[in-house]
Order: sequence, then C-alpha cells, then structure tokens
Amino acid sequence: MPTGVLPPSRETAQAPPAGRGNHRDSPAATGHEIGAAVAAALRRHGGRREQLVQILCDLQASTRWLPPGALAAVAQGVGLSPAIVLGVASFYRFFHLRPVGRVHLLWSDNVTDRHRGNRERAAQVARAFDLPPDGSPSSDGRISQGFASCTGLPDQGPAVLVNQQQVVTRLDASRTDAMIDLIRQGVAPDAWPAEWSRVDDAVHRADVILDGEALRGEALRRVLASGAPGALDELEASRLRGRGGAGFPTAHKWRLCRAAAVPEGGTRVVVCDADEGEPGTFKDRVLLRRQADTVLEGMTVAARLVEARRGFIYLRGEYRFLLDELEAVLARRRSTGLLGADILGTPGFHFDVEIHLGAGAYVCGEESALLESLEGKRGTPRIRPPFPMERGYLGQPTIVNNVETFCAAARIAHLGVAAWTSRGTADSTGTKLHSVSGDCERPGVYELPYGVSVRDVLALCGAQDTQAVQVGGPSGQCLAAPEFDRRLAFEDVPTAGAFTVFNARRDLFEVAHGYSHFFAHESCGFCTPCRVGTELVLRRFDKLASGYGSMFDEAELRELEALLHGTTHCGLGATATNPLRDTLLRFRPAYERRLQQPRFVPAFDLDAELAPARRATGRDDPRAHLERIG
Amino acid sequence: MTSIAGCFTLDGAPVPFEEGQTVMQAATAAGLAVPHLCWHPALGQSGACRLCTVRIDGRLAAACTTPAVADAEVQCRTGELDGRRRLLLQMLFAEGNHFCPGCEKSGDCALQSAAYEVGMTSPHFEEFFPDRLVDASHPDVWLDLNRCILCKLCVRASHEIDGKDVFAIAGYGIGAHLIVNAPSGRLGDSALVARDFATRVCPVGAILPKRRGFAVPIGSRRHDLDAGTTPGHVHAVAETRTEDDRG
Repeated sequence: MPTGVLPPSRETAQAPPAGRGNHRDSPAATGHEIGAAVAAALRRHGGRREQLVQILCDLQASTRWLPPGALAAVAQGVGLSPAIVLGVASFYRFFHLRPVGRVHLLWSDNVTDRHRGNRERAAQVARAFDLPPDGSPSSDGRISQGFASCTGLPDQGPAVLVNQQQVVTRLDASRTDAMIDLIRQGVAPDAWPAEWSRVDDAVHRADVILDGEALRGEALRRVLASGAPGALDELEASRLRGRGGAGFPTAHKWRLCRAAAVPEGGTRVVVCDADEGEPGTFKDRVLLRRQADTVLEGMTVAARLVEARRGFIYLRGEYRFLLDELEAVLARRRSTGLLGADILGTPGFHFDVEIHLGAGAYVCGEESALLESLEGKRGTPRIRPPFPMERGYLGQPTIVNNVETFCAAARIAHLGVAAWTSRGTADSTGTKLHSVSGDCERPGVYELPYGVSVRDVLALCGAQDTQAVQVGGPSGQCLAAPEFDRRLAFEDVPTAGAFTVFNARRDLFEVAHGYSHFFAHESCGFCTPCRVGTELVLRRFDKLASGYGSMFDEAELRELEALLHGTTHCGLGATATNPLRDTLLRFRPAYERRLQQPRFVPAFDLDAELAPARRATGRDDPRAHLERIG
Repeated sequence: MTSIAGCFTLDGAPVPFEEGQTVMQAATAAGLAVPHLCWHPALGQSGACRLCTVRIDGRLAAACTTPAVADAEVQCRTGELDGRRRLLLQMLFAEGNHFCPGCEKSGDCALQSAAYEVGMTSPHFEEFFPDRLVDASHPDVWLDLNRCILCKLCVRASHEIDGKDVFAIAGYGIGAHLIVNAPSGRLGDSALVARDFATRVCPVGAILPKRRGFAVPIGSRRHDLDAGTTPGHVHAVAETRTEDDRG
C-alpha cells in the first residue's frame, strides 16, 4: 500500500469524542440555513424516528456535513436523545461530523481501483489543492477528499463519488487534471461534462433475466390467475435460491413469512436488498437500471404471495445516482395500476414501495442490520431468532431478498418453471449474474447458467495469464489456477456475484492486505472478535508489508483466522478472514517473502523511536543507538 | 407460571429450562456458571463480548442469545473454548488501557477475574494504547473510558431500568466508543445519579463511585478470595448494589 497519501476515511469520519466541540463553522451554511434544512428534512419525513437515517441523508444533502447543533435539533424533532442520534450519525461512513469541502470526493478503494491507480489520482488531487493529510478541507474550503469501500464501479474505475450525489468514472491522469481545473474554477459538479459521469452497463452475456423486456404486469397477471398457493408451489418447484450469498430457498422463506402472524394494525413487509456492498459486485446496479420494472414486479409478486402491503428498496448510498430514475419507475407503476391500491383491479391487493438510502455501511447488506438501518438505527445485526420472516421491520413479518432474486422470481412467475429449471444444475437452477472485473479484456456483467466453470468465465471475459480469481468478493473464496475447473454453483463454489480476476503480475499478499483493510473499515464494532480481530489482522498485514514480519506473525494470523470463524455475532464477521485463509493456503510464497525475520520483531523500528531522545540530549554516537537485531 | 420445558446438559451436568429461556439463563438458574461479561440477568440480551461462546451439539453459539433446546449437549469449559475465551479477553485487554495494579476495581473486576479464570498470563497482542478520555465532571461518579469494554451494560441499564438513556454507542469498528447524553458530552451534565443502576452495573472500572478507595483491601476483594473458582459478575453486581444501597 502506498504510504504518505491520504489516511483511510475511517480515520477521518469517526465521531469526535463527545464534548470536544472544536468544529469550524461550515464555510457555507449559516445557523439559520441549517435550522431551515433541519425543519425541511423533519417535515418531509413526518418527524418519524424510523426515518432518522433518511432525515440525516436529506439534511446532509443541503448542509454538506452534520454540525452538532443540527443533530441536536433532529434529535428533538424525532424524540430521541441527542446521544442516540449522534450514535446513528457516527455509524454511517457517509455522514460527516466535521466540515467537508464544497466538493467532497470519495475515492472508491477496492483492490481493482488500486490496481488502476486510484491512490495516485487521489495524491494528484491532494497536491493540486495542498490538502492536509488528515482529511480536512483545503484552506479555502473548496475541496476535501477521502476513501470509500468499493462503490460498485470496479469495471470502469478509478471512480469517485462527488458529494455523494454523482459519480465520475474512468479517472485517468488527464481526466483528474481536468477535474482539478473545474474545481479550481468553482464549476459546480452538476455542470461537469456529462461524459465523466457515464456509467456503462457493459452486459456481455444476457439470458433469461437480462434478455427479456422488463416486466410490467405480465408476471403479476399470471400469479393473480393461478392464485397465491399455486404460484408458491411453482416457485418451490423452480428451486430458486437467494442470490445474496446464503442461498436460502426463496419459496421456503416466503412461506415462513406468509405463515407468520401479523401484529395488530401492521402488515407483512417486502424488502429489496439493493445494498450491493461486496467489493467487486455491480450486477444489481445494472439490474436496477435495465430491469427496474422486473425488480418491482418480483417485489409485487412477493407481496401477493406473502400478503404484504408495504415494500422497501434499500438502495446503497453509492447508488444515489440511480434514485431519480427509480422514483420515476415507481411513479409510472403507480399510474398504471401496478402499485398502490387494488393492483391490476384486484380488490384488496394493496402494495407500495418506498426507497430508503443507505449511507455507506457494508454490514447493512446483512439482512437484520439492513432492517435496523431501515428503522433509522445503527446497522448492528440483530440477535436471531426471531428471524425477519417472523419479526422483521418494526416487528412485522418481513422478507428480505436480493435484487436479482426478485428478478428471478418475476421471470419464473412469468415464464414458468421449465424455462428456469432447464438452465443450471439440479441443486442450482437457473442463471446467475456475474460482475466481472480486474485483469481481463471485457469486464462487465455476464448472465450465465449455474454450473459454468471458472475457466469458462475467464475465457468469456478475455482473461489471460490468470493467477487467481476472487469469487463472491472478499467474503467469498479466492481460487488458484489448479481450481479453475471448479463450477460456479451452490454445490461447488457458491457466489454472490463478484468475479475479480488477478493476473500473474499481481501480488496476492497485497490483495489480501487490501481486503483486510476493507473488513476492518467495515466492521460495525459490536462484537469483540470482529471489532478487535479485524483491526489486529490489518495491523499484522501492515507489519508484514513494512518488513517486520516473522513466523510468529503468521502463527498469530492463523490464530485470529480460527477465532473469527465461529465466534462473531454475525455472518459477515465470520467471513472477514476468508481472504487471509485462502491466500495463506494457496499463495504462501507471497507471504514467505515477508516472513524473513528470523525472530520476532515488533511492528516498529525500536532505534528510530529513540530519535527524539537523541535529539533532546544532542547525541548521535554509537552508544545512543540500539544494537541492531539479527 | 412457567414450567420445565426440557433439559440439556452443560459439560455433562443436567440443566432444566423453561420455555423461552436462553442457555445462559437456564444455566444460571441451575447455579452453573458460563463465563461472560456483557450479560446481566436483569437486562436484555446483547451478545457483544462473545465470551459465553459454547458448543451446542458441536455448533458454536453464544449462550446468552441462544434459546435452550431439549436434550442438547452443551460444552462450555473445554480447552478449545477456553482458548477462544483467552484470545477474546486478550483482545479486550489490548484494545483498551487496562492497568490492573492502579485500578480501584482490581479484585472486583469481571474482566480481570475472567482472565484469571481461563489462565490468561499476558496480553499476547500488542496493546493499542488508545487516547481516551477520563471524565471527572460528575460529583459522584468517575467515567474512565480507558477501561470501557463496550459491553453496553450501562447503556441498557440506563435505558431499561433507569429510563434515562444516559449512555449510547457512537462510531464503528475499532473506533466504536461510549458516549454520554449531554449537550457537553460530559457525565456531570447528564441525568445520571449515583443511585442509578447504570452507575453500578459496570463489570470493569470504567464507571466507579468517587471518594471510595481501598474500602476493601487488595487481597481480600471478591475475586482475590475466590480465585480459581468461577465467580461471574452476577454475584459481584448484586453485592455492589447492596453495598451502594446501604451507603
């Protein structure tokens, strides 16, 4: 990892200790403006506490950061203690508790972004504006920047999020220079060349999900004709399993929800998890752009089958640029009788969907953490049981499914079981969307039947001299060349969709190092093994990268890896050391190069630590130095 | 009234349980100890410290959040599980600033006691030495965040028992930290009073009463006396309460 550039954003985005109010005034918003923005955000969300994350999103969109006074006013408005509101605001990586520049750049910092030079580009910006290394804005308040986890554009990076409202893709040195010029001239980001914000869908293979027209009632009509029990039987016969990673049978989940009792005055709830946070995954972004109607069709089918009246799309904050288009699709479906009251003229079939924005928290891809976030809280995974199907959003029976799962369910309802089960394998029916990025000629989305081999995908995307593939993102598996005949399917190599290719020039130690940084940055901090363990793993990686590694460090890494598997509160913590486990097993030479110290050495240079003492005493003779070790 | 729903074994000892009880609740009711830091019988579940991780029919699970099931075989004090506990405790010691010899809670501390219990003899990991606040603004209560282990007992106690929400958690990852609900962020400006349950529930020395030191000499404190047996802080908190109520 290059040093001397910016610190990772987690070191700049944390809540300042309560009571140390050394905030500078925002360069733009006055107290009066902030008060008006708070009032508007509260009004828009009816002052409801479960809307807290949305209120903070709205507020920050107009005030750029969240001053303590604004948080206190929000707390009063929603009837929560100011500490709880600060606790929520400081949980999400995208909420700023210190002033940011009028332009705030968040650089996507996935391994593939690093390979494409994002850190050099960020350093270019830092030099141009003489940005302080602590992440605070330039002296004129014009600009600030930080790093974010993968923003879902690894196939067209380096990418940057601008004020969390728009993206700029393909930032090579010249585009970065041009961006620097526009920032210098004070050109507002929404007036930057549209070409810079171009996001390509890059669909290279389309099949049953991506190929057809987006569904606007066709599946729903079939479900209404066959009745819910029949449609559920059909879904069960399709053997559809969830696409979010865990592979839970979809029909079983929906039946459990349908069977769960609804609290008085409540309803069942359908939630679409569009919090596509796994580094290297972007197929949901493509589905939400190309097949938004199919996603909503699937949600509405689900609503009919589980008898839900309320739906949510939990859209990751990084995909804010999709929001307006999605809202337009919702409006169109309402006006054509596909959402709202008496859907398709069916008395009593009421269902509507609202979009909630995330604010930069990978853990919210865990379904119970997502529900906490939907309820306006910190995204800490819940204790289970009860499962969301029994008690989910605000205690109501809730299904949470991936974007792709809803698309698949809609296609099955429309085309029938045979069209689905004729693709894939017996245990893994149908197709799967793969987000291919990294070292290949044709990065993008590939919809392929389950059961294709890793080698097949590598050939399709034009990858050469491939050393390793990270399947399913860092929480998935890292495979080496001898395993490229393994099949992408639940029964062999399950995947949530990421397919990141590393050629022979890549250093798999650095890849795992980058992922260890990701998990430490994204830990929610709730349980001991994930909170402290991911940090200890990262420090070990840093230590090895700095040349202080010995066999003792490898032993500790293995010890930490064993502990995290099985001891953490949620499934995400349990996978946080997968990259470490896989690369140690398959690419040990990359570690051995860093384990050269014959005995244990600390993670710092002892003699260098004595420099201040030498300066203070005016000495630099040999006896003022430690004997060199080894 | 509830009735016995079934029975499981904890390290071979039979444990009856009532419908809805967790493994921890049933074991505690049966007079058996499962090591823990973030659980308290009077408060809601948490599952944060993970010290109570047991094997239930071979599967790892937190005893404090997992419902008891009939005929399950629960392993608790095995070499493997105590090894995991030792690492978890070493993580907590490395994460904060825990200097037992200078801490009034020494001998009465659940963290220290659990460390002795599972044979922890060194921090093992390099200490992080974080820069944390000591808040002496309250007339009757110290808040020393150097010792906080993020068990959230005070957060839950203040919310569930005291009805005050004096404490909350802010930040994320290794930066997660306890905060105080007051405009200044200082304990002295909060609604906390000495008699609050939140003041007395801290298993470590992060929240301590002021003007009381060495009331019990080192060497004869609770865990000094029962060294080697399993004390658990349930007992400790109960006794602290009695002491405080007397005072």
